[in-house]
Amino acid sequence: MSRLDVRKTYKLYIGGAFPRSESGHTFEVSDAKGRFLANAAKASRKDARDAVVAARKAFGGWAGRTPYNRGQVLYRVAEMIEGRHDQFTSDVAAAEGLTKPQAAKKVDAAIDRWVWYAGWADKLAQVTGNANQVAGPFFNLSSPEPTGVVAVVAPADDSLLGLVSVLAPVIVSGNTAVVVSSYERPLPAITLAEVLATSDVPGGVVNVLTGDADALAPWLAAHLDVNALDLTGITDAEGAAELEAEAAVNLKRVLRPSAPDWTATPGIGRMTTFLETKTVWHPVGV
Amino acid sequence: MTDHAIPPVALEYAPAPESRAIVDLRPSYGLFVDGAFVDGADGRSFKTVNPASEEVLAEVAEAGDADVDAAVAAARRAYQRVWSRMPGHERAKYLYRIARILAERSRELAVLESLDNGKPIRESRDVDVPLVSQWFFYYAGWADKLEHAGLGTSPRPLGVAAQVIPWNFPLLMLSWKIAPALAAGNTVVLKPAETTPLTALLFAEICQQADLPPGVVNIVTGAGETGRALVSHPGVDKVAFTGSTDVGRQIARSVAGTDKRLTLELGGKAANILFDDAPLDQAVEGIVSGIFFNQGHVCCAGSRLLVQENVYDDVMDRLKRRMTTLRVGDPLDKNTDVGAINSREQLDRITELARTGDAEGAERWSPPCDLPSSGFWYAPTIFTGVTQAHRIAREEIFGPVLSVLTFRTPDEAVAKANNTPYGLSAGVWTEKGSRILAMADRLRAGVVWANTFNKFDPASPFGGYKESGYGREGGRHGLAAYLAEGGEDA
Repeated sequence: MSRLDVRKTYKLYIGGAFPRSESGHTFEVSDAKGRFLANAAKASRKDARDAVVAARKAFGGWAGRTPYNRGQVLYRVAEMIEGRHDQFTSDVAAAEGLTKPQAAKKVDAAIDRWVWYAGWADKLAQVTGNANQVAGPFFNLSSPEPTGVVAVVAPADDSLLGLVSVLAPVIVSGNTAVVVSSYERPLPAITLAEVLATSDVPGGVVNVLTGDADALAPWLAAHLDVNALDLTGITDAEGAAELEAEAAVNLKRVLRPSAPDWTATPGIGRMTTFLETKTVWHPVGV
Repeated sequence: MTDHAIPPVALEYAPAPESRAIVDLRPSYGLFVDGAFVDGADGRSFKTVNPASEEVLAEVAEAGDADVDAAVAAARRAYQRVWSRMPGHERAKYLYRIARILAERSRELAVLESLDNGKPIRESRDVDVPLVSQWFFYYAGWADKLEHAGLGTSPRPLGVAAQVIPWNFPLLMLSWKIAPALAAGNTVVLKPAETTPLTALLFAEICQQADLPPGVVNIVTGAGETGRALVSHPGVDKVAFTGSTDVGRQIARSVAGTDKRLTLELGGKAANILFDDAPLDQAVEGIVSGIFFNQGHVCCAGSRLLVQENVYDDVMDRLKRRMTTLRVGDPLDKNTDVGAINSREQLDRITELARTGDAEGAERWSPPCDLPSSGFWYAPTIFTGVTQAHRIAREEIFGPVLSVLTFRTPDEAVAKANNTPYGLSAGVWTEKGSRILAMADRLRAGVVWANTFNKFDPASPFGGYKESGYGREGGRHGLAAYLAEGGEDA
């Protein structure tokens, strides 16, 4: 008798744990040719709120790490993705209908992107901060700080490279994230969550919701304890405008939808959108 | 120290009024569009009054949709034909010229600012107007160095900037908006507040004197309706607003789904935190400047004083003693410390919110002071026994009203300071350097003044966290608000 395979139950990733959706709902995930791959958890409004609570709880600790340490933690994630290269390759190939070599190249790029961002952790302040020469006897310094909890709608098409490209710039500076993965292609996101859970990223720093972004994003856009909103993965312009308008409720920082070439080296705009600048004054004298 | 209890002897200075003869006030003013003063399309106008006397200073045109259209069109033409094509070093020279003229005409500007706004001449003369000139001087130097601003090798201007500014620092806010926009190669349409339009119109004359190309700066006067028409105009590429959080929210909604860039400088409810080892007399000066500077009409006013419990009595004695020496009255008197409230509407708002302080059980104290019989006045006021739940501890009063709370540990101070949806500024008073740095690190605010308060400089980025808005003004960061990244290393 041939061996029956053990199939995986895909869950959400919230606060470092893998709960099922509190709603009990799942949705069918198919490969690019329409063949059944798995049932993924369909996150509810309550799951989104739990994720925000987890992200808020993790914020102080993560923002308080030294940038050197955050860089190391991000680099460690890259190491872990590399170690699971084959799994990511088959996930991405199935999700996006790519050949194994094509998918492998995307995984390579995702790893390299993660490494690129890891290196930014302890350089952001040097590039975006200032010593300010004011006209008076004052020490005056501006430096960047994370803005807080960032809700991210990941790109719909690019299931891993796109996801990594929007997630890493959010957390590298000390923000925590609630990410809504691609609805059609959520499985690489959950595999990434498994990597995050077993790397050194503290629970709650990244929370991954699989499910319908159109249903989840309005709750995140209106949530008073979310500080910023990345709408990259929203493809419908009218919906994006509504979400941006909703985000005004507590003056969230909003990154509008875009579809950049994910294979190109990014600029620093994705990071700076989620930074605040703090300026400190002190008199100079004896 | 027992001498705190002794009532101070009031020093009777002779009045030293500044002459207003230097200001050539016209009975009516038009809009400044395409380099010329023009009448509003539908002939509507409003009056601007001296808040210290309720005297009508002038009639000012109220811009309607057609006027806003014309101003935006003029700005677009000037952007395309002249300003964005001009080499940066030439733009710089125009801004330097403006900076110089502002300095040359500083006395006239200060008097007019105090007349229209009600702020003491001491402040308009020594703080506002010098900073205004400095702001143009600082950004002039950026105009030909944009590729070094950290936004790639060829940053691009955005186009036409719609700018709406408040009444608390009419000229200073104008300079914060116009100087970086012009340096970066944008053209502007600016709407000053309806209660304080006059110095913006004098600035328009200065643009003419500097031979600034027509359309580069346009000024449309009016109230909220004019502002709405301007920021929602499809022909503008960038919106910059300073004012209340509520209006900021509306503007954020109105630009949603457009390509317009937006920066918002909104309200605050800053904590001024005083530790027991602070230099107390200096700290008291900082508290006074924090809340009574500009009648408390300051978005970053230190309106919540957090005093460490063991020095509370001493600090309150010193503070009350100091407050009895504040001179409230004629803004044009050089001895005046606290001038007039900018409008009747604002006075009503302050009065109403302060009443909730009484109603919610806080204890009110003001020094004895005679207020003029006409004009809009509010005595410097402190509320003690305030809790975090009180409206006067949560809502921005935007007037000379201080709420005093206490704390025991640094952790408690941080928790109370951060317990607000605002995040514009904070103050820390302590002699211990490591504590200053730790507090500055933990406070969620865009500006932290340590052992000082209410300091501004064009080289120093200013702006808020959380609901105090987004974007920074001042410094390289202020420039970034008016540029799009470009070039290979963007």
